[in-house]
Amino acid sequence: MIDFGYQINTDRQIDYDNNNKDIINYIIKFEPTFKICIACGTCTATCSAGNFTDFNIRKLITLIKRGEYDEVKKDIDKCMLCGKCYLACPRAVNTRNLILTIQKALEKYN
Amino acid sequence: MSKKVVVIGGGIAGMESSAYLTAMGYDVTLLEKENKLGGHLLNWEKLFPTMRLGNEVVKFLNKGIDYEKVKVVLNADISEANKINEKFIIKLTDNKEFEADAVLVTTGYELFDARKKEEYGYGIYDNVITSAELEKLFSSEKELITPSGKTPKKIGIVHCVGSRDEKVGNTYCSKVCCVTAVKQSIEIKEKLPDAEVFCYYMDLRMFGMNFEALYKEAQEKYGVHFIRGRLSEACEDIDGNIIVKVEDTLVGKPLKMTVDLLVLMVGFVTSEGTKKIAEMLNLEFGVNRFLKTRDQHTLTNVSNVPGVFFAGTCTSPKTITNTITDARAAASTIASYLQGYDIEKRTK
Repeated sequence: MIDFGYQINTDRQIDYDNNNKDIINYIIKFEPTFKICIACGTCTATCSAGNFTDFNIRKLITLIKRGEYDEVKKDIDKCMLCGKCYLACPRAVNTRNLILTIQKALEKYN
Repeated sequence: MSKKVVVIGGGIAGMESSAYLTAMGYDVTLLEKENKLGGHLLNWEKLFPTMRLGNEVVKFLNKGIDYEKVKVVLNADISEANKINEKFIIKLTDNKEFEADAVLVTTGYELFDARKKEEYGYGIYDNVITSAELEKLFSSEKELITPSGKTPKKIGIVHCVGSRDEKVGNTYCSKVCCVTAVKQSIEIKEKLPDAEVFCYYMDLRMFGMNFEALYKEAQEKYGVHFIRGRLSEACEDIDGNIIVKVEDTLVGKPLKMTVDLLVLMVGFVTSEGTKKIAEMLNLEFGVNRFLKTRDQHTLTNVSNVPGVFFAGTCTSPKTITNTITDARAAASTIASYLQGYDIEKRTK
């Protein structure tokens, strides 16, 4: 191919129309408190894993809601299941069970 | 003979509705448990968003009481409240007794007990205080120093303490704390221009007229920092400084920070007086233990007991502006009721 000295960047937009919603529906079915997160970040502030790795439960929840799974697949196993986030959450989202449910959903729909 | 109304609670709502009802020709008795009228308003030096003195509003309300010659009973401790046929009998512990054709409940709110959010360290660490305590410090006109005696260089302000929090059983927004945080940030910066102020918030609910402008002023003129994240915990270091943990959700990273003073924006909870009167008069509570109005849109001053009405923060958190409006609405609702107008006619 002739090198014209420029390139076309890949699309980095969230493709909401085409993103797969099966995983979201599975998670809502088995851990319905997934829906009531207000993205305040209390979970991530108290997260032991988050202090040393890229793991960010608050961000992963929002990514899943938008149907973006690459980062979720990469990071979800960094959780140590200590459950501190569940204690701290002001909306009582069952974050610990949510992680387990996300892991199952990713396995099922991978 | 003019009809009688007993108003229970001499805060903003009770004072304003008593003045209006008396002006309309009703025989009003205002009962107040403290030795002074004014309620919580007496504890706030300056008011958002205008920064006027709270005292000025107290004066305005007192003039209503004085000009209309409202009968006020201070240090009133109610022992019994009963509805007998269509009349109410209110008894005090000193055996005084009042008869009424209508009762207006204006028993207000209390501030959330911050000790219940143990992870923020109130009552454990010296340099964690509440918004009410900061306001008291402003009113005292003393120098702004931390409880451990130093001039603070960094001050953290935590929004939503006891509000929007299922873990303490309060799922509602207390409405006034966001703008109070902005107001107090500005006041701190006026007193200590070299200090840095950080607000940790989930959402900034600047719903009132001129609230957003105050927020912008805090950013533009005073350089107040806003960090979008809710504190997970606060702890004390060896020097008595407070270390906070919060996620900076807009960056996507956990953040730790040391402050010299941490101020907790405590929200509204139902007052003990409200609970007591509700029990005596069989009044219903709503989901958040505030008194339940007959309809959230159309009958906001009306209770489940005919002849008993509500005004002010006994039904929900309210600003001063909203409380005054609500008090006048209650006065007009009661006047209509006492003149025989069926206020619930349109709901049938």
